[in-house]
Amino acid sequence: MPTTEPILAPTTAGAVACAHCGLAVPAAAVDAAAPRQFCCEGCRAVWAILHEHGLERYYALRGGAAPAPAPAADRLYSELDDPGFQGRACRPEPGGLFSTELYLEGVHCGACVWLVEKLPGLVPGVAEARLDLPRSQARVVWDPRTVPLSAIARRLGSLGYTPHPCRGLAAQAARRREDRAMLARIGLAGAVAANVMGIAFALYGGMLDGMEPEFAAFFRWASLLLTVPSLIWGGGVFFRSAWAALSARTLGMDLPISIGLLTGFLHGVVNTVRGSGDVYFDSVAALIFLLLSGRYLQRRQQRAAGDAAELAASLYPTAARLLEDGRVREVPLETLAPGVLVEVRAGDLVPADGVIAAGRSTVDLSLLSGESAPLGVRAGDRVHAGTLNLASRLEVRVERTGLDTRVGRLMALVEEHARRRAPIALLADRISGHFVAAVLTLAAITFALWARIDPSRALDHAAALLIVTCPCALGLATPLAVSAAIGQAARAGFLVKGGDVLEKLTRPGRMWLDKTGTLTEGRATLVRWHGDERVKPLVAAAEAHSSHPLARAFLRALGEPPAGIRVEIMETHGGGIEALADGRRLVVGSPEFVLGRAGESSPALAPALAGAVGALAGEGLTPVLVAVDGRVVAAAGFGDPLRADAGPALDRVRALGWRPGILSGDDARIARAAGERLGLTVPDCRGGVSPEDKLQAVLAGGAEGPVVMVGDGVNDAAALAAATVGIAVAGGAEAALTAADVFVVRPGVGRIAELLEGAGRTMRVVRRNLVFSLAYNVVGVTLAMTGVLNPLVAAILMPLSSLTVILSSYRARTFARADAVEARR
Amino acid sequence: MSVMFVLLPVALLFAGAAVGVFVWAARAGQFDDLETPSVRILHDDD
Repeated sequence: MPTTEPILAPTTAGAVACAHCGLAVPAAAVDAAAPRQFCCEGCRAVWAILHEHGLERYYALRGGAAPAPAPAADRLYSELDDPGFQGRACRPEPGGLFSTELYLEGVHCGACVWLVEKLPGLVPGVAEARLDLPRSQARVVWDPRTVPLSAIARRLGSLGYTPHPCRGLAAQAARRREDRAMLARIGLAGAVAANVMGIAFALYGGMLDGMEPEFAAFFRWASLLLTVPSLIWGGGVFFRSAWAALSARTLGMDLPISIGLLTGFLHGVVNTVRGSGDVYFDSVAALIFLLLSGRYLQRRQQRAAGDAAELAASLYPTAARLLEDGRVREVPLETLAPGVLVEVRAGDLVPADGVIAAGRSTVDLSLLSGESAPLGVRAGDRVHAGTLNLASRLEVRVERTGLDTRVGRLMALVEEHARRRAPIALLADRISGHFVAAVLTLAAITFALWARIDPSRALDHAAALLIVTCPCALGLATPLAVSAAIGQAARAGFLVKGGDVLEKLTRPGRMWLDKTGTLTEGRATLVRWHGDERVKPLVAAAEAHSSHPLARAFLRALGEPPAGIRVEIMETHGGGIEALADGRRLVVGSPEFVLGRAGESSPALAPALAGAVGALAGEGLTPVLVAVDGRVVAAAGFGDPLRADAGPALDRVRALGWRPGILSGDDARIARAAGERLGLTVPDCRGGVSPEDKLQAVLAGGAEGPVVMVGDGVNDAAALAAATVGIAVAGGAEAALTAADVFVVRPGVGRIAELLEGAGRTMRVVRRNLVFSLAYNVVGVTLAMTGVLNPLVAAILMPLSSLTVILSSYRARTFARADAVEARR
Repeated sequence: MSVMFVLLPVALLFAGAAVGVFVWAARAGQFDDLETPSVRILHDDD
């Protein structure tokens, strides 16, 4: 089947574009004789799969670039076939089939929907595949007798959509059920409101021109019967919530709402039965509909943020590589038992606490403990779950798994503190207490006044006051403003998980920031170079052959080595590298390594360089020496520098009234050095703090006022959960994501100030809405007390005030829209 | 005008049917994903 795309598509750089992903093909990979060019074997394989199954239409459907195929082609996904996993995550379907939900990376457009849903044609045994584009979630139905789930996952991975089992499916299903029930309620309440309003128009007509009594009675009874289901099913939401608040001895906005709804309904029932007086069924029905809609909008925004955070958490590995008789098998993390041997490849997270049985590598502890310097480990050393293996393959004998690991114990702390967090009375709730008191007092006064003037009308006027003050606009003021703001925040790159979070962020207090990965890059970077500049190209050429984190830091700082330097690696391990570069013997590594091997000629350090090494250590930097032909010629210092935007960001945070401080698991000297450059005082910079210390600092600060914690690691998670508001920044650990209230989709603290300012603007909108709706209530109260209020006036006033609040909420710009594409991911 | 006593209940029956259909659709998850079906309809093969 011929394809329409040009065979040699030029890219902007004039190079050749890959036939699959559209990226430039490296010059070395261009095969002038071939009809199509590919940038890598992965793209060639995907193209071949699509071609073989006649699915080239994918290229016509897609808008931009295709996802590059996953590099981990050796991933077996055999943990997906584990009976334990299938019991938890898969559901039986009719006909012996099973279904499960998978989160797919790299899904971005309609062409992806088309391709993923063609899965039954690609993998025999797959009955159905449905992709939910906004959630990047695919539902796969397959026949386990024909094909294992792992084979389906491998095929998805080979197409460039790396699959992950979804986390939190039960919570997601529960949220979805509630959502559907809420939508059904809104449908009913809306239909009731519209019909009762239609009937009410007839009654208003009768009010002006007169109406035969039997028709008036008929219309009243019809409105009454129509309102009953809406009141019970729709209004029940508010009655239950008001009752729950009362049982907990608190007041909420739902209490005045319930009072208004019940008064309106019962007053209407009495007058319908009596056959005289006003009925307000149309106002009651409209109130229920509007208030339910406001609730629904707010919940939906919060749910979207919760879903997104859970999907991000799904990216964390759920499989361990079990070693049995020298063979590797992927098993679910939960099935690991103490005593077994697991393989941890370079770049993998350590799955359990254990002792290294074989291998030598460097591990990154920053997510677990906050220490920025990588740690060299070898056989016999202990490694913890949640640390990252950087350099080379390790075999680890598992000692503790799951909840018994250090991470597991921290997660137990997180749960405990997330539960114990004291609720904070929000603005609307604080108002509602005064509101109820004021309304009831005014109703009593109205009754007393009219009892003297016209006793037969006293009850009617008091009831009318309660109905007209039912805080429709007041009840909508916060949910609408907050849901509009959460939506805008999501587009700006902040996923806000709760409606109260933005309000809490407007009361300044203490802000503790994690250092490693939050204020800093979280990776080693070359920051000092003392000595001979001319050896830099040689060093770069030699380090290009190592995957050690410091070697990679050298390359980032020195650039790609110039072509033409011939390098012969003699030895490389955790301590350093020894190589022949252009015939000169080069040793780069830790001082012990270099001095031990530089050669017999002059192992001692020149005084100037010795001073430099001392100075590097004083700054908390990791020293690395460079020796050429047996002579030490240069000393380099590696550290974890502050992000460029950290300083300005903290200045803005301070300007908003917050007191920032550092809580770092790193050495106290390093924390202080970082703090000094950010303009923090010494007591505000605490170094060497354990996760438990961070938690204590947050709890201690909580006694004085609001505490915000900003972090990215497992070591921050307990503090994030206990803080008034926990903010997790991207690039961190799953634990931090789940514990935090806000998830910032970009790494670093650069945008924290934007979040705080956006929260401030949101609360100004909330206050403006509250003022509007209270002003409306003052008008309503005046009319009711003077006795001129009737159902028609109420029916005009109520929607007017709600409309004002709706417009005010959705016209407000609270968060500047950042990069829309990036925010969606 | 007494036709009103028949017309109104009939109209409400229609409205009730519409509400019933909506409640069914919401419970069946027809409104869960409002984005993907708009893309899916463009795939005109099969």
